[in-house]
Amino acid sequence: MRSENTIVIIGGGPAGLAAAISAKKNGAENILILERDRELGGILNQCIHNGFGLHTFKEELTGPEYAGRFIEEVKALGIPYKLNTMVLDISPDKTVTAMNSEDGLFEIKAGAVILCMGCRERPRGALSIPGTRPSGIYSAGTAQRLMNREGFMPGKIVVILGSGDIGLIMARRLTLEGAEVKAVAELMPYSGGLKRNIVQCLDDYGIPLLLSHTVTDIRGKDRVESVVISEVGPDGSPVPGTGKEYECDTLLLSVGLLPENELSKAAGVKLGSTGGPVVNESLETGIPGVFACGNVLHVHDLVDYVSEEAANAGRHAAKYVEGLSRGEAAKTAGQRTVDVVPENGVRYTVPVTVRPDRMDEELTIRFRVANVYKNIFVSVYLGEERVQHRKRPVVAPGEMEQVTIKRQDLLDRPDVKKITIRLEEE
Amino acid sequence: MEKKELTCIGCPLGCQITVTLENDSIVSVAGNTCPRGETYARKEVTAPERVVTSTVTVLDSSLDTCLPVKTDGTIPKGKIFSCMQALKGITVKAPVRTGDVIIENVCGTGVDIIATKTVEQNL
Repeated sequence: MRSENTIVIIGGGPAGLAAAISAKKNGAENILILERDRELGGILNQCIHNGFGLHTFKEELTGPEYAGRFIEEVKALGIPYKLNTMVLDISPDKTVTAMNSEDGLFEIKAGAVILCMGCRERPRGALSIPGTRPSGIYSAGTAQRLMNREGFMPGKIVVILGSGDIGLIMARRLTLEGAEVKAVAELMPYSGGLKRNIVQCLDDYGIPLLLSHTVTDIRGKDRVESVVISEVGPDGSPVPGTGKEYECDTLLLSVGLLPENELSKAAGVKLGSTGGPVVNESLETGIPGVFACGNVLHVHDLVDYVSEEAANAGRHAAKYVEGLSRGEAAKTAGQRTVDVVPENGVRYTVPVTVRPDRMDEELTIRFRVANVYKNIFVSVYLGEERVQHRKRPVVAPGEMEQVTIKRQDLLDRPDVKKITIRLEEE
Repeated sequence: MEKKELTCIGCPLGCQITVTLENDSIVSVAGNTCPRGETYARKEVTAPERVVTSTVTVLDSSLDTCLPVKTDGTIPKGKIFSCMQALKGITVKAPVRTGDVIIENVCGTGVDIIATKTVEQNL
């Protein structure tokens, strides 16, 4: 397959769907979504709880409902997609190699590629928990899939390690289906989940949240029989002698998500401090014409922001292939580039660089903070000049933050080479 | 005098709110930082409600055996488990459209259980 102006979208989850719709609406004629699952919608298909779409649709939808609205639009716009299709490789010249049982192995020489592969869950192997290797240890998302799509109960008496949102949601789900959730243990002194989930998934059912605790032993030969939960000191390591044994048959791990980077790496895309690709103001990676959005770029707290970001990526990709069709090579040499630098409690930013010539009138910079801070100021510096200084009652690692930069402010300051985003006490 | 402690879900601040009641009527609300906290606390103490989401079995589905469903609106928190009980053993046949009513007026709440996904028939 050879189609120099095709936008190939890798992944048909929330990011891929929104990117495709936006690319189409911005004039792109040839778009193809490649999805490895047997249906579109990605992880939303197993997120049957409500709370999605409050920003986008002004109502609280469940995951399948939220995905459904985008899937309907993709179909109404006649955007082609291939299901059950695994992308094997993306080369630096944007040749996408994929396979499925209908087409066999095939290649597409794409005009632009949008990376929308999402995340994977951090597995047990990444945690170094001592103990045996019995059955009954699941990542929270695997348990969610088993219960919500396939109709299996993962266990009857459950301990959950990690208080990310999926872990909290699963604590409630398991309880509603008759399991006993004994505790949720969280290594950090604060939860990584949304406050609303702590209240409605744990407090509602009297499930204890053990902050600064972790699992220090897993016992049982064929099936989990118990786990030991210990207190964690200020240095992050377990305090000897504090271990308490919890009898259970199941341990769920909700200990973070990692962007799925294999294809990005193969393409030669540079990765950064989000764990995903480094992108500029157009959500374009270091390879011209390769864009990234959604959880493969950085882990989002709300799907609404994924859709918004993906719509931008789709728009920029449409603009890029339009430029190609006019014979415009990517003109980046000599263009002014401003770095976005996270400092003092700001863990990362998206984007990482901004080209004032290419940016919209206003640009949203999203970031996450490294800790829970109360009564703190979020400050933005253009060069050495502080242009924003906003007081926040609280910021937390579990919730994404954002600031808005005006293009005119950068054009007015031609010498500025750096935008700094930092937290300040006053 | 009775005191109830709750965590506000309005924002990440998560204020610890104390509501003082006398004969089931609210005497005072304390600990909230903003008016949203007070509104939340009053509702939560007098008539807490939740949306319930779960699944039912779907036959002849082209994909999964589970059909996701939800209450089409909030129901009293105290009826969550009877609602779950009502969903046990419910089986529907594909095709099903998002919004199709699966159970009318579940547990006398006046709220229907509706499908939250469109499932095609396996041909």
